Amino acid sequence: MKKSTNRSGRREFLRSTGALAGAAAVGTLAPFGIARAQSAKLKVGLMLPYTGTYAPLGNAITNGFKLAVEERGGKLGGREIEYFVVDDESNPAKAPENTNKLVQRDKVDVLIGTVHSGVAIGMAKIVRETGTLWIDPNAGADEVTGVLCAPNIFRTSFSNWQSTHALGKVLKKEGHKTAVFITHKYAAGEQMKEGFREGFEKEGGKLVKELYLPFPQVEFQALLTEIASIKPDAVVSFFAGGAAAKFLKDYAAAGLKGKIPLYGSGFLTDGVLDAVGSDAEGVETTLHYADGLNTPKDKAFRLAYAKAFKLQPDVYAVQGYDAGQLLAAGLEAVKGDMSRKAEMIKAMETAKIDSPRGQWTLSKAHNPVQDMYLRKVVGKENKVQYVAWKALADPARGCKA
Amino acid sequence: MDLAFFLIQLLNGLQYGLLLFLVASGLTLIFGIMGIINLAHGSFYMLGAYLAWSLASMTNSLVAAIALGVVLTVLLGIALEWLLIRHFYERDHLYQVLLTYGLILVFEEMRSVIWGDDVHGVPVPDLLAYSIPLTENLSYPVYRLVISAVCLLLALAMYLLIARTCLGMMIRAGSSNREMAQSLGINIKLVYMLIFALGVALAGFAGMINAPLSSVFPNMGGGVLIICFVVVVIGGIGSVKGAMVASLLIGLAETFGQVLVPEVAGMIVYLLMAAVLVWRPEGLFRKL
Repeated sequence: MKKSTNRSGRREFLRSTGALAGAAAVGTLAPFGIARAQSAKLKVGLMLPYTGTYAPLGNAITNGFKLAVEERGGKLGGREIEYFVVDDESNPAKAPENTNKLVQRDKVDVLIGTVHSGVAIGMAKIVRETGTLWIDPNAGADEVTGVLCAPNIFRTSFSNWQSTHALGKVLKKEGHKTAVFITHKYAAGEQMKEGFREGFEKEGGKLVKELYLPFPQVEFQALLTEIASIKPDAVVSFFAGGAAAKFLKDYAAAGLKGKIPLYGSGFLTDGVLDAVGSDAEGVETTLHYADGLNTPKDKAFRLAYAKAFKLQPDVYAVQGYDAGQLLAAGLEAVKGDMSRKAEMIKAMETAKIDSPRGQWTLSKAHNPVQDMYLRKVVGKENKVQYVAWKALADPARGCKA
Repeated sequence: MDLAFFLIQLLNGLQYGLLLFLVASGLTLIFGIMGIINLAHGSFYMLGAYLAWSLASMTNSLVAAIALGVVLTVLLGIALEWLLIRHFYERDHLYQVLLTYGLILVFEEMRSVIWGDDVHGVPVPDLLAYSIPLTENLSYPVYRLVISAVCLLLALAMYLLIARTCLGMMIRAGSSNREMAQSLGINIKLVYMLIFALGVALAGFAGMINAPLSSVFPNMGGGVLIICFVVVVIGGIGSVKGAMVASLLIGLAETFGQVLVPEVAGMIVYLLMAAVLVWRPEGLFRKL
């Protein structure tokens, strides 16, 4: 008995020393491993449109992001950055393939993208499985920080709901009781319509008619005639790019401008004022950025951006810049050690981003809680009028994370 | 909808239809007479719009820009026919589809290189930049009425050209039997080259004249191309008269569809096309 215990004791001893030696070996290795991870470059995947209609937006976001990195000496949390770039062509059909190029093939630490909501939803589905840290610097689909929300999914732009919700208050303030909403019939248009309707009805207003145009048609004449026959107090709309330019011109040419005031989500008048000319004068929109904010941060940003890229920044550049700032906040908290992911996410969640648009924080679902400005088209600028809604948060419907 | 608004919507529908005719007539000529499936037709429309914009900003006159632009598009049509299209008459439609699809990509890329990816506006000429008040809050832009008039004139000119002139006779002969026409001494190669150039110029002209209304933007040809094919299918391949009737039908269907049944507005044109195909598979008017 005694012998056997002795023997087992010895065996136990051998086993535990072996384990100890092993632990020691791991112990010495582990710090080395971390040191290596910190000195290695941080892999940042940029998945944005660099060709097609949205190419200027993709470039502005990239520029903004790089500016944020350059301002920190080219490093985030002490680590240099290595960029991996994929042109997503704003093609939702290719979204899984393009996302996997960065996530599986290049094994990026962080994924930044994109502009098109359909592509963003494709990205969300993949990073929800792989757990890759993802920052959406534009795409406004409510789902991204709604039903698809996850701890590793962040957004530095807006939700579609947010971009029109504050208009309800604005219309009420300006004495309008009835409104017509007009947009393309697709997800973004319908989400913006919903955001507006909720806000307007809360203020006692009535959305008397919703007018839809099949995407991407731009023959508005029939619907403009319909608006004239309904005679609402105000018209609220969402169109973007070429469609926005044409809508603004047709609205004026139909003689409705000046008779029925036109409002919209800020994208209606962003980037099209050169094309539209005086026909957009006086149109009021809400957005999380505006011309003439005149804060020290905004002035400094505009100057630095113009100097670096010989271009004037826009709302997309701001969103890209803030994606860089948000990532920096996370990485600085963990000294560049991406393996401390929970800590890093916590730091990003609680970060106060000092943005050119004004300070903002993140909601529980990781969407900016931000001031919505009322802007008015004056000449070639979307001049800020006042803050239409202080710290507006998206309701994050369907988010269970 | 009271009577005044019904009449205004009727005007909207006709006006939109006439513009559609202008774009689609070039396609129906090229497709119907030459048998070439030309997917690049929308690109010529886009090219016209960009030419109008860049030439108008250089010359400060839309009329001058259009005159110059028409010359340039005719030359482009001749060059394309001579370099590429004429080698594809005898081939299967699939090759033509591939060729002209390739042209779409080339033209989009060229547009991006030369003019960039921004949206631009073209000012309506001062003389026409006003609207006629129709009701207390609705006016009708005069420029739209002018476009309709121009479209009607062009339709008339095309009808006369094809039905009443010597060239028209050659065109009709070439379209019904290429070999026979050739053996009768008609220079069919030249006729085809002219038709192709005419088709390109019509699409380009439509883009130019519509530029002040539509503004110019990347990929603007895509939507136009699809609706043009619908016009051609409904009207009957190669029939200019058919293209006119189909364009007006589509213009009216779309206008009233958007207002009366907005839920299915996107489908109405295609439902119309399906109905016509069931009723008359060859289109409303088969021949010239």
